Amino acid sequence: MLGLDKKDTGLLLVVVVLALFAPFILNLFPTNSGMAFFNGGYPDLMQRFAIFGIFAIGFNILFGLTGYLSFGHAAFLGVGSYAAVWMFKLLNFNILPGLVLSVIAAGLLSVLIGYISLRRSGIYFSILTLAFAQMMYAIAYSDLLGRWLGTTITNGETGLQIYNDDPQILLGNGPNVPHLFGLEMRSKVDLALGPWNFTFPVGYYLCAILLILAFYLSIRIFRSPFGLMLRAIKSNQTRMMYTGLNAKPYTLAAFVISGMYAGLAGGLLAAMDPLAGAERMYWTESGAVVIMTILGGVGTLIGPILGAGTIKYMENIISKMNESLLDSWFAFLPDWLQHAVVWVATWFTGEGWHMTQGLLFMLVIIFLPGGLVEGGQKLTGLFGRKRAQTQTKTEPAE
Amino acid sequence: MTKTLSRRGVLKTGAVAGAGVALPTIFTASSAAAFTNEPTGSTVTLGFNVPQTGPYAEEGLDELRAQELAVQHLNGEGDGGMMNTFSSKALKGNGIMGKQVKYVTGDTQTKSDAARASAKSMIEKDGAVMINGGSSSGVAVAVQGLCQEAGVIFMAGLTHSNDTTGKDKKANGFRHFFNAYMSGAALAPVLAKEYGKDRRAYHLTADYTWGWTQQESMAAATEAMGWETVNNVLTPLASTDFSSYITPVLNSGADVLVLNHYGGNMVNSLTNAVQFGLLDKMVNGKKFEIVVPLYSELMAAGAGENVQGVIGSMNWNWQLQDEGSKAFTKSFGEKYGRPPSNSAHTCYVQTLLYADAVERAGSFNPCAVAEALEDFEFDGMGNGPTTYRGADHQCFKDVLVMRGKENPTNQYDTLEIVEVTPRAQVEYAPDHPMFAGGDLGECNPGA
Repeated sequence: MLGLDKKDTGLLLVVVVLALFAPFILNLFPTNSGMAFFNGGYPDLMQRFAIFGIFAIGFNILFGLTGYLSFGHAAFLGVGSYAAVWMFKLLNFNILPGLVLSVIAAGLLSVLIGYISLRRSGIYFSILTLAFAQMMYAIAYSDLLGRWLGTTITNGETGLQIYNDDPQILLGNGPNVPHLFGLEMRSKVDLALGPWNFTFPVGYYLCAILLILAFYLSIRIFRSPFGLMLRAIKSNQTRMMYTGLNAKPYTLAAFVISGMYAGLAGGLLAAMDPLAGAERMYWTESGAVVIMTILGGVGTLIGPILGAGTIKYMENIISKMNESLLDSWFAFLPDWLQHAVVWVATWFTGEGWHMTQGLLFMLVIIFLPGGLVEGGQKLTGLFGRKRAQTQTKTEPAE
Repeated sequence: MTKTLSRRGVLKTGAVAGAGVALPTIFTASSAAAFTNEPTGSTVTLGFNVPQTGPYAEEGLDELRAQELAVQHLNGEGDGGMMNTFSSKALKGNGIMGKQVKYVTGDTQTKSDAARASAKSMIEKDGAVMINGGSSSGVAVAVQGLCQEAGVIFMAGLTHSNDTTGKDKKANGFRHFFNAYMSGAALAPVLAKEYGKDRRAYHLTADYTWGWTQQESMAAATEAMGWETVNNVLTPLASTDFSSYITPVLNSGADVLVLNHYGGNMVNSLTNAVQFGLLDKMVNGKKFEIVVPLYSELMAAGAGENVQGVIGSMNWNWQLQDEGSKAFTKSFGEKYGRPPSNSAHTCYVQTLLYADAVERAGSFNPCAVAEALEDFEFDGMGNGPTTYRGADHQCFKDVLVMRGKENPTNQYDTLEIVEVTPRAQVEYAPDHPMFAGGDLGECNPGA
C-alpha cells in the first residue's frame, strides 16, 4: 500500500491508529477516579506528543541513518517558531504561511550550519553543531539581531508574542487565535461516555495528520536508495570515498531534511501556542531530542515517536506529583511507613522528575541498547509467535 | 490479512454508525460553560506555577510553601494568618464562595515554554480557574499572555520588570510585586542622602529585558538626583565570573557600582566586586560604594557577608512590624520553621486577594474578578494601604529600602530596613514612557 511493503504498512497503520485514537488511549481512567492523574489526554500534552514526535522522526533521519550526532537541532526548532510567530504578527493568524515559512527558514539555516559542520565528523561535528546552536540561543536571548537592526526580532528572554498593535495586514475580521482557514486550533469537542471524558482538539488533529505524513515520508526515505546511501555512510564512510562517491551531498541533504522537520515542529509549537522563546534553542532542548531518539530506538522507524511520547509524558505528568498528592496516595500505609515511602518518592517526582528520566535512560541504555523498540521486540519474542527480530540492531554512532 | 480486514471493516462500520447516531447527544462543544473552567462541584482548583528546578528554585519552593499556607487559611485551617488583619472581610474561612479550595502545582523551570506547558496542563486537565506565582519576568509575561488567551486570571508572583505591567500588560493579569521603576524611585533619595549628590555611577547589567528596564530606571532616577552615569556594561546572563567586568570599573573614575543583577548573577558579581576590594577604595575623595537595586533574602543569604553595608530595595520583609506582616510571619514560621521571603509574601497575598475578589464579585468569572480587583484599595496585608490600579493592573504600595546587616545574629537576619519609602514617592502615570506601548485589551472569560 502506498509503495510500502507489508511490514511497513503495518507500522504506518499502528502510527495512524495511535495518532487518531490518542484521545481515547491517553484518557484510560475515568475523570473522577484517583487514577485520573495519570491521564495525558488533554490538548496541550497530546499536541506535544505529536510535535516532538515529528521533531524526533526528523532527527532520526540524520542520526539514525548517517550516524552523525547533531547536538544543535533545537536551533532549527527555535527558528521555526520565530518564523511562524512573525507570520502571525505580520499577516494574520492563519497558520499556513507560518508553517511554510518555518520549514523554509529552518531549511536555509540548516544548509548554512550543515555546510560548515559537516566538514568534520564524529565528536567534532557534534561540538560544531552545539556551538552553532548556542550561538543562535545567545543571539535570540539578548536579541542581538534586533538590536543590531534597531528593532525587535526575537524580543529577548521575554519571548516573541503577538500584540494588539502588530500590523497583521490580512487580519480583517478573522479569528484572533491561530486557525487554519477559520478552523480555530484551540477549539475542541468533548465526549462524555459514562464516567469518562474524552477531548478532541482541532489543533491536535492537525499535528497528528502532519505526524502521520512525516512518518510516511520518513519510511519512504529509509527504504529509498538515498536512505541506503546514508546507511552506507554510517557503516563505512572511508570505503565509500575510496569507491569514488562524494558523501557530503548526501549527509548535507539528510541534515537539511532533518532540519526542516525540526522547523516544522517549531512552527507547529507556535501554531498551537503563539509564542516563541529563546529557551527552545537551549542546548538542553537539543539534548532532549537525542535522549528521545535513543530512548525509543535509534535507526528504528517508530522508536523516536515512542521516545518523544515517553519523555513528554514524564515531563508533564511526573513533574506534577507533589508531596500532598503522594501523601494522599499512600495514606493507607501505617504512618511511619507512609512518611518513608513519600520521602523516597519525592526524590523521583515533582522537581525530581529529571532523576526518574535519568534512571529510565540508564536502564534502557544498559539493558535495551536498541531502545524501547527492542524492549517491545523482546516482549513479543517472549510471548508472541515470532522470535525477536534483530533487524533493528543499531551500530554505535561514529 | 483479508480475514482480519473484513472483520475490522464490519467493526468499523458498526462503530461509525453507532457514533453517528449518538453524536448529537453525547458531544458537547466546549462553549457550553459561561467561562473557562467554571467550578461546578463542591471544590475549586487553583494552579500554583512556580520554578521548582533551575536558578530560581529556592524562590519557587518558598512561594509554594506560602501558597499551601494560603489554601489552609482559606479553608479555615490554621490560625488564619493575614485573613484576620485584611481590611476586606469577605472571606469566611469556608473556602471560596463555600467551595473547598484545592490546588495543583507545576514546575516552570524558569523557562517560558515549560511554564506555559505546565500552566496549560493546569487549565486544560485540572480545571484551574486561576494561575498564581512564578519567578522571572520572562516567564511572567509568557504565562500572562497564555492566561489572557485561555480566559483565566493570572496573578504574577516575583516579576520586577517594568514590561509586565507596561508594554506586556494584559487584562487578565495582575501584579502585586513592585517594579524596576519603583526600585529606582525609592532608592535614589536614600542613595543621595547616604552617599551624596555628586557621584559617578558605573552599571553592570544582566543582558535581558529585566536588566535593561532595571538599568534604565536606576539611571533615570539617580541622574535626576544629580548623579552621573559613567558607563553601562551588559553582561551575558550565563556569566558566572565577573572579574573581567570589574577591572575596568577601577579605571573608569566611577565611585559607585550599580549591579543590575539578580539571583546567582548578583551573588557572583557582588562577591567578585568585594574580592577586588572595591568597597575599601577611595575614589574622587569618596568611599567607593556598591548598590544592588533588587534584593531578596535568599540572594543575601547566598552572598553571605559580602552584602554587608550594600543598599538595595525590596517589596516586603518579614521584619516589618505592622499587624498583617506579623500575623503572616508568625503562621509561616510556625508551619515551616523559618521566616517567609518576599516572594512567599507576594504569592500568599495574591492567593487571598484573588479569593477575596471572587467573594466580592460573587462569581469565578474572570471578568467579574478582574473588575473586583481593579482599583481595589485595601490594608492589612503588609506594606500599609495598597491599591491595584485599574489602568495597568499594577499594585501600588510602600517600598522598602534595605541594607546588608553588619552583624547578623542568625542566618535569616541578613538585611535591615533603612527606610520604608511612602507609596506617593514611587507612583507614576500609567502612560509613563518606561511603561508605554502596551495595551491591556479586553478581559477574556474564555469559552
